[in-house]
Amino acid sequence: MATAALTAERENYLNQEYGIKSWLLTVDHKRIALLYLLSITFFFFIGGFFALLIRLELLTPAGDLVQADTYNKLFTMHGQVMVFFFLIPSIPAVLGNFLVPLMIGAKDLAFPRINLLSWYLYIIAGVLMLHCMLTGGVDTGWTFYTPFSTAFSNTKVIEAGLAIFISGFSSILTGLNFVVTIHRMRAPGMTWNRLPLFIWAHYATSIIQLLGTPVIAVTLVLVVLERALHLGIFDPTRGGDPLLFQHLFWFYSHPAVYIMILPAMGVVTEIVPCFARKRIFGYQFVAMSSIGIAVLGFLVWAHHMFVAGISLYAALIFSALSYLVAVPSAIKVFNWTATMYKGSITFSTPMLYAFGFVGLFTMGGLTGLFLAALGIDVHVTDTYFVIAHFHYIMVGGAVMGYLGGMHFWWPKISGRMYPESLGRLAALIVFLGFNLTFFPQFILGYLGMPRRYWQYPPEFQVLNVLSTAGSTILAVGYLLPMVYFLWSMRYGKVAPDNPWGASGLEWMTPSPPPTFNFDAPPVVDWEAYDYEHIPAPQEARSGG
Amino acid sequence: MADSPIAVEHHNPALKHHFANMEQQREASSLGMWLFLATEIMFFGGMFCAYLIYRYWYFPDFAAASKSLDITLGAVNTAVLICSSLTVVMAVRAAQLGKRQEQVVYLALTLVLGLAFLGIKGVEWTSKFKEHHIPGPTFNFEGSVPGHPDQPVDQHHAQLFFSLYFAMTGMHALHMIIGVGIFSYLLYHAWKGKYTPEYHTPLENSGLYWHFVDIVWIYLFPLLYLIDRKK
Repeated sequence: MATAALTAERENYLNQEYGIKSWLLTVDHKRIALLYLLSITFFFFIGGFFALLIRLELLTPAGDLVQADTYNKLFTMHGQVMVFFFLIPSIPAVLGNFLVPLMIGAKDLAFPRINLLSWYLYIIAGVLMLHCMLTGGVDTGWTFYTPFSTAFSNTKVIEAGLAIFISGFSSILTGLNFVVTIHRMRAPGMTWNRLPLFIWAHYATSIIQLLGTPVIAVTLVLVVLERALHLGIFDPTRGGDPLLFQHLFWFYSHPAVYIMILPAMGVVTEIVPCFARKRIFGYQFVAMSSIGIAVLGFLVWAHHMFVAGISLYAALIFSALSYLVAVPSAIKVFNWTATMYKGSITFSTPMLYAFGFVGLFTMGGLTGLFLAALGIDVHVTDTYFVIAHFHYIMVGGAVMGYLGGMHFWWPKISGRMYPESLGRLAALIVFLGFNLTFFPQFILGYLGMPRRYWQYPPEFQVLNVLSTAGSTILAVGYLLPMVYFLWSMRYGKVAPDNPWGASGLEWMTPSPPPTFNFDAPPVVDWEAYDYEHIPAPQEARSGG
Repeated sequence: MADSPIAVEHHNPALKHHFANMEQQREASSLGMWLFLATEIMFFGGMFCAYLIYRYWYFPDFAAASKSLDITLGAVNTAVLICSSLTVVMAVRAAQLGKRQEQVVYLALTLVLGLAFLGIKGVEWTSKFKEHHIPGPTFNFEGSVPGHPDQPVDQHHAQLFFSLYFAMTGMHALHMIIGVGIFSYLLYHAWKGKYTPEYHTPLENSGLYWHFVDIVWIYLFPLLYLIDRKK
C-alpha cells in the first residue's frame, strides 16, 4: 500500500496495523471514514456513468443512443445511486466520521461498533443495488411514485426499495452516533458555544437523519408489501391514495436535501474563516441557522406536490413555509460574506471550492424561491428548470462542499499534501464545467423542455449540446482530484500538523492522527475561530 | 472485584476505552437508546398516519372490519404486555439492588409473557386466515355496515383495514420477536451474574425498548379493536 511510505513516521492510525482484516474489522472512526470514502467514490463514478449516458443521449433530439425504456432506467438509477449511495453518506460518513470526534476532543464516536455496523449495512445495501442494476434495473424514477411503482412497472422495484431501506438504517445509525457523541463525548472546556460550526451542522443533519429516515423506511416497506401482496394502500382503484405515498415520501425526501447541504455548509464555515484569517461573523446565528434549516425542512415537503392535487389552502401554506427556509439560508450566505469582508484572503484550493459553493448555492437557493411560488411552480413543474435548480444545490452546493472539505482535511487524513496548483486548476474546471452543464438547463426548463424524456424538439438542441459539453468538462474536473489524491499518498509533501494555520482541535494533533486521536486528552480554554491568536501555517516537508 | 468504589470506577471491565468513566458510558448508551426510540416512533408514525386517513375516509367499513377482531383475545394480550413491562421494571430494580436470583426470575417471567403475547397473536392471525381476511386474491369480507344491515361492507375498504391491521400488528410482532431475542440474551448473562448495581445498562436500555413496544400496542389496541363497538 502507498501508506507504507509513512512507516518512518511516528505511529498513527494508518500504520498502527496492516492487513485487510485490520481494516474490515476496525472500530476506529478514522478508518471507517476511509472505508466509506472508498465505497462512496465507487458509487459516485457509477452514478456519474449513468449521468454521462443521459447527457450523451440528449446530445441529439432523436432517441438514437438508447430506447425510451433504457433511458427511464438510466435517470432512475442515476438518481437513486447519487442520492442514497453518494450524497447522503458523502460528507457525514466520510468527513463527519473522521472529524466529529477529533473536533470535539474525543477518542472515538460514542458507539464504535455501531459505526462499523452502519458501514456494513451500507455495503449490503450497495451490493443489493448493484445486483438490481446488473439484472435489469428500475425505471420508476428515484421517487418510486405509486401506483406506477406498485402496480405497473415491470422492473426490479422491490429489490431497489429494499436496498434503499437498508441504506437508510446505515444513515440513521450514523446520525444517532453523532448526536450522542456531540452530547456526551466533548472534551473538558468544549462548551456548546465553542463547538466548531461543522459540528453544529452535523448535529442538525443528524436530527433529520434520525427523524426523517424512518418515515421513508416504512413507506418503502408499504410499497414493497403493496407490490408483492397487492394490498391496495396506494392504489386509487381500490380505495387507496397515491397522494398519501407522495406525502410520506417527501416528508423524508425533502429534508433529505438538507442532509446533503447542511454538512457542506459546515465545511464551508470551517474553510472561510481559515483562509480569510478572521473569526466567523455571527457564530450563534450560523449555529442556529443550521438548526433552523433542519426544523423548517420538516414543514415544507408538500411543495413537491403543488400540481398533484393537494388543496389550494394547503399549497398556500406550504408555499409560505418554503419561503421561510430562505431566511436561515440567507443568514449563512451573509455571514460567510461578512467573514471575508476585510479579511486577508488566500485563494487556495479549499477556498476556491468555498467561493464556488457560496455562489452556486445562492443561485440554487434563489431559483428554489421561484419554485416555492405557486404560479411559477405550475409553469415549470417537471421541467429542466427543476433539474437545474436541485443540481445547483446538490452538485453546485453539496459536491463542491465535499470536494472543498476533502482538500482542506486531506493533509490530516493522509498525512500528505496534494499538489496545490493542480488543485486550483481542478476547482476551476469543476466550476466552469458545472455551470456549462446546468445553467442551460434553467433556460431549457423555462422554455418548456420536460424532464425524463429521451427525445426533444430540435429547437432545444443548442442548449442541450452546451449542457453535454459541460458534463464532459465536469467529469475531467472530478477525475483530476481522484488522480492527484492517490498520487499524493506516495509522492506528496509530508503534511505538518497544521498546514493551513487553522483553528480547531483536529489541527493540534499529528497528521495523520494517532489511533486514539490525541496524545494527551485535550482541555479547551479558548473560543472557536480565534484567528487573532493562531500561529501562521506550518511549512510542508518534502517526503519520499 | 467491587471492594472499593474507586476501584470500580477505574477498573470496571465493562468500561470501554473511549469513555472517561462509567457515568459517561451509561449516559451515552441511555441517550442512544432514547434517540433510537425516537426513530421508532417516526417509523410506526408513517403507518399510524396512513391508518388515520383511511379510517377517517372509510369509517363505517373500518368499524365493521374492526368488529370481526376478537376483543377478548386483544384485551388479554394488552394485560399480558402491561404485566411484562412490570416484570421488566422489577428485573432492573433487582439488578440495581444486586439480587441476581430475582433478576433471573423476573427476566424469565418477561420472556414467558412476551411469548404468550406472540402465541395469542398467532391464534388471532390463524383465525383471520381461516376467515379469508388476509389481503390478497382470496380476500372476502362478509357483513354489513354497523347500524345499516342493508348496506354491505365495501370489499376494498375492508381490505385496506386488514392490510393496515396486518402491517401494524405484524411490525409490532416483529419488534416483540426481536425483544424476545434480546431478553433471552439478557437472561443468559443475568444467570452468569454479569449485571451488578454498578453495571446494568444493557438491562435498563432493553427495558426502555420493551416499554416502547408495549406502548405501541397500547395505541394499536384501541385503534384497531375498539372502533364504534357500541352499535
